[in-house]
Amino acid sequence: MNLDQYLSEAAAIEREGTAALSAATDVDALEAARVAFLGDRQGRLKSLQESLKVVSKEDKPAAGKRFNEARAHLQSLHDERKTVLGRARQVGAKEDLSLPERRAWKGAKHPVTLVIEEIEGIFRELGFTVAQGPEAETEWYNFGALNFPPNHPALDAHDTLYLEGGGLLRTHTSPVQVRTLQRYAPPIRVLIPGTVYRRDFFDASHAPAFAQIEGLCVDEGISFVDLKSTLNLFAERFFGASRTRFRPSFFPFTEPSAEMDVQCGICGGSGCPACKGTGWIEILGSGMVHPAVLEAAGLDPERYSGWAFGMGPARIAISRYGIPDIRILYDSDVRFLEQIAGPVLSGAEG
Amino acid sequence: MNVSYQWLKAFVPFDETPVQLRELLTAHVATVDELVALRQDLAPIVIARVVEEAPHPDSDHLHVTKVDAGTGTLLDVVCGAPNVTAGKVYPFAPTGTLMPNGLKIQKRKIRGAISDGMLCSARELGLGDEQDGILELDVDVPPGTPFLRALPVGDTQIVLDVGANRPDLLSHLGVAREVAAIARKSLSLPELAGAGEIALPGATRDPRAARASDVNVSVAEEGLVRRFMGVVIRGVRVGPSPDWLVKRLEAVGSRSINNIVDASNYVLHELGQPTHAFDLGKLAGPSIVVRRAQPGEKLVTLDGSERALNEEMIVIADAEKPQAVAGVMGGRDSEVTDATADIFLEVANFDPRRIRNARRALGMSSDASYRFERGVDVEIAPVALERVARLVVGLAGGHVDGAPVDLVYEPLAPRRIPLREKRVATLLGASVPADEIATLLGSVGFKVGHDLSVEIPSWRSDVAGEVDLIEEVARLRGYDSFPVELRPFRPTAVGDDPQWLTGRRVRDMLVGQGMIELRPMPFVAGGSDYVRVLNPLAENEAYLRRSVLESLARRAEHNLSRMEGNLRLFEIGSAFEPSKAELPAEELRVAALIMGRRAPAHFSDPKTPEFAAWINYGEWDAKALGRLIAATAYPGAAIDVTVTDTPEVLWDIRVDGKPTGTVRRVALDAPVWAASAFGVELSLGVLASGAVAPRGESAHRKFESARPVVTRYRELPTTPASEFDLALLVPEAVRAETVEAVMRRVSGRLLERVELFDRYVGSGVEAGHRSLAWRLTFRHAERTLRDREIETRRSDILRALADELNVRQRTG
Ligand SMILES: [Zn+2]
Repeated sequence: MNLDQYLSEAAAIEREGTAALSAATDVDALEAARVAFLGDRQGRLKSLQESLKVVSKEDKPAAGKRFNEARAHLQSLHDERKTVLGRARQVGAKEDLSLPERRAWKGAKHPVTLVIEEIEGIFRELGFTVAQGPEAETEWYNFGALNFPPNHPALDAHDTLYLEGGGLLRTHTSPVQVRTLQRYAPPIRVLIPGTVYRRDFFDASHAPAFAQIEGLCVDEGISFVDLKSTLNLFAERFFGASRTRFRPSFFPFTEPSAEMDVQCGICGGSGCPACKGTGWIEILGSGMVHPAVLEAAGLDPERYSGWAFGMGPARIAISRYGIPDIRILYDSDVRFLEQIAGPVLSGAEG
Repeated sequence: MNVSYQWLKAFVPFDETPVQLRELLTAHVATVDELVALRQDLAPIVIARVVEEAPHPDSDHLHVTKVDAGTGTLLDVVCGAPNVTAGKVYPFAPTGTLMPNGLKIQKRKIRGAISDGMLCSARELGLGDEQDGILELDVDVPPGTPFLRALPVGDTQIVLDVGANRPDLLSHLGVAREVAAIARKSLSLPELAGAGEIALPGATRDPRAARASDVNVSVAEEGLVRRFMGVVIRGVRVGPSPDWLVKRLEAVGSRSINNIVDASNYVLHELGQPTHAFDLGKLAGPSIVVRRAQPGEKLVTLDGSERALNEEMIVIADAEKPQAVAGVMGGRDSEVTDATADIFLEVANFDPRRIRNARRALGMSSDASYRFERGVDVEIAPVALERVARLVVGLAGGHVDGAPVDLVYEPLAPRRIPLREKRVATLLGASVPADEIATLLGSVGFKVGHDLSVEIPSWRSDVAGEVDLIEEVARLRGYDSFPVELRPFRPTAVGDDPQWLTGRRVRDMLVGQGMIELRPMPFVAGGSDYVRVLNPLAENEAYLRRSVLESLARRAEHNLSRMEGNLRLFEIGSAFEPSKAELPAEELRVAALIMGRRAPAHFSDPKTPEFAAWINYGEWDAKALGRLIAATAYPGAAIDVTVTDTPEVLWDIRVDGKPTGTVRRVALDAPVWAASAFGVELSLGVLASGAVAPRGESAHRKFESARPVVTRYRELPTTPASEFDLALLVPEAVRAETVEAVMRRVSGRLLERVELFDRYVGSGVEAGHRSLAWRLTFRHAERTLRDREIETRRSDILRALADELNVRQRTG
């Protein structure tokens, strides 16, 4: 074998070996290619090495050098591919990775809870904590202590469910205001979420039991400006409202009383069906705590003053999530509750 | 309360448009819920000027005209009215207008002459019955101006949301008073169009009885009525009311009946004082007695219903029987009819609570009862009496016979409330100068003396204290006039309610576990041991739930009916038990219900029968959930989940030894394909409902915040553990927990963990037994355990189990 023949044989083996090693897509194929080219027994390089013996003496250094080059190249290519393919085998490169993952059920808070928690979060930053009280209440805590005159038209808005054996189901969370003021001395800044009851038949916008959330702030020197400023800040944070307005209202337990509106987010204040053409959306009722309420709770109204507000998280939830009928909130259809909580993954939802 | 925009204008010469008025009323007085444009059928009608007029060449009564309707070109209009005159202005209906009578105006030829639109008569516009041709107008507006804008024939009904504290706003006078104040205009009682001039003698006053003409008027006992006025009018002719009156009543949503009733209704809406006209000819005696109804008495009211009366109701009776339910509704017998000639006009003032009780007991409401319930100004009665009398005489003829009577009423000294300028500033957070306060209050009828001593007008019975005056100042000045500036505040003295914190922790944990929160209604079908609602909305939901799980079960059934069978539901809410105390016993509970698949299906799920049994929630999941909820709700407490003997309850959950909850199977009304349901319910504590302190007192104490429960660090072992497995034949009567207890006792302190990893029943296991296998792990904190130590424990355990429980090692 002359040198030219040897060199071209070496080049062919190197080229074919490179192709075979590169083409291997898994460790087994790579091993087969290694045996074919680098194998100790029938490897192509082994026979090339054997052929060195029949090369003339003066050509031997050049042929030997070329042999070493070819072997080194194929060996290093093999080692490199082996590392890559070995890693690929560990992560299962053979699987179709577009298959879906294993899932667990996703939990969901009720939409009304989501609204309450968001409101709670904002008022916490303003120094409020949460107070609670019973849902079955006495007439005094629900009405008397809150300055409802007996047998007064103000009671018409509080159609009450009475309990056999005494008591009633609270018509608002305000009794907790009185309980809190009796139990702890001011300064008081509390938020009162809870279930309240009215003798309202179920319809698209009424339920006989629903959530309410109230806030109460009582201390020395608390004023109407504090009420406005705090609720204004809340509206800004919660509704992103650019404008609010306060208008006179009536609640027996506050004086002055004010209703707060935020500018209609749909029409921007120019008037649309959602805001009945007024440009405003009614959000909450509020007012300065009536001196009679402070007195009922044993506080001196000359020393202390305060403000309170109340709103309906269910009403907020139906407008926020675009729910057409309030009964959907209470039906407890899990498909609805999962929908509001959001999908676990695409494809899971129809 | 419906208010007419035009009617208000008769009281106050304000310039605001209805929309502007809505803004002002809402900002300062009471919210305007709605503006209802009336006579919108006249919206297309415009003011037009007749520029040229000539007789129609082919007609002896038609005219051809050129009309300027503000369109830029003169329109050819044929007109049949004799009074059409060049240079005058008339209402004009352009082509395309749909007229109130349904006729559509079209461009057409009338005897060869083009007519493009129509000049209108009052009759064609529904504005009266005049037949004298087209309506000549005396207005100075450019042609093309909408007719409704140029003339007050249209109106806007303002729907005002009047709070229960402001009965003074239940009349046009009251609303006009506020409009005058905020628009800074004067207020005057409008002239009564068509009212008669009468010489009304001074009223005969008496605490109990007097005669009006030949009618004996008396009040049977004290306290029935605050004021009772009446007058006799003779010789009336009952008939239809004039257009202006019909229109006024329509504008507030009231229907015209006849001139007498309409006069009464007009004054009701004008002054807020209800009045009632009796047909004097139907009254026995003739006499009028204000008395309690007698048991068994009945009255057919104006609406045709027979009403059973009781002694708590006040009636206006004649010598024989009731003729009206005082303050609520008149009787049909003495109703004014076409045949009525003489009337007795009643103008009274009743106690709000009595009227409210009667209204509720009778289940009927009227414009009168609505106002009396809220309180009518006792001083307005003579004004109302005079105005109704003048209207009746003017519209129906007749004459006042004799002096009116005025019973019971004694003028009271005006009430005065001192107002402190400083208090205004403290409560509102911005100082309002004394003279501004005086001006604001004065504008709505308060008389403000020196040192801000305020005399309360008779129509403001709601103003009872200084704070009510401060509200007046705030609203009249405008809530928007007070600054928005967050001021420093002291931190609250009260920490979070512990039950709220617990509920929140449990909720977050359950949602993390894939559970879905519900907020169902707490009403159930119930029974004798439930708390009953006295006035339930529905008889099948007349009770309060004793268990929150009950609600979840019903909601699970609802979901099953919608083919949803994989349910993980929970709720945190109240449950109620009957109690001997003033209120039912109320407890905050958490309940959870699980059924169906433990996880969504995955392609890699095994397809074996064992897997099929494994994939649905089972009692062991419920047991785990129960323990997890309890551990979350009561951190640091000892949680025991113990086997019970009752069939429906699987386990009791004990917290520090106290029974606090249960884990159970839940029986559902479920379709056949539904999986078994399991439930957990745990108390989060009693909701204290006793009085905190006596009424009007406080029982202040320091808020005690709960100490957080912490687990202290223990050094992690560095020595190796030793373990062995025990496969045991356990008789069915012996509980696994008993076996474990023996293992722990015998093993002593070195036993680190006991894990039951297999249960087998079947071939190779003796009847009445099951094979249970445990792995026991031992460890010494300082050194490696020797084989012999482990071996000794193994044989000691086996011996003790055999001796004490007849539990043997499983062989083969
Ligand atoms: Zn809008």
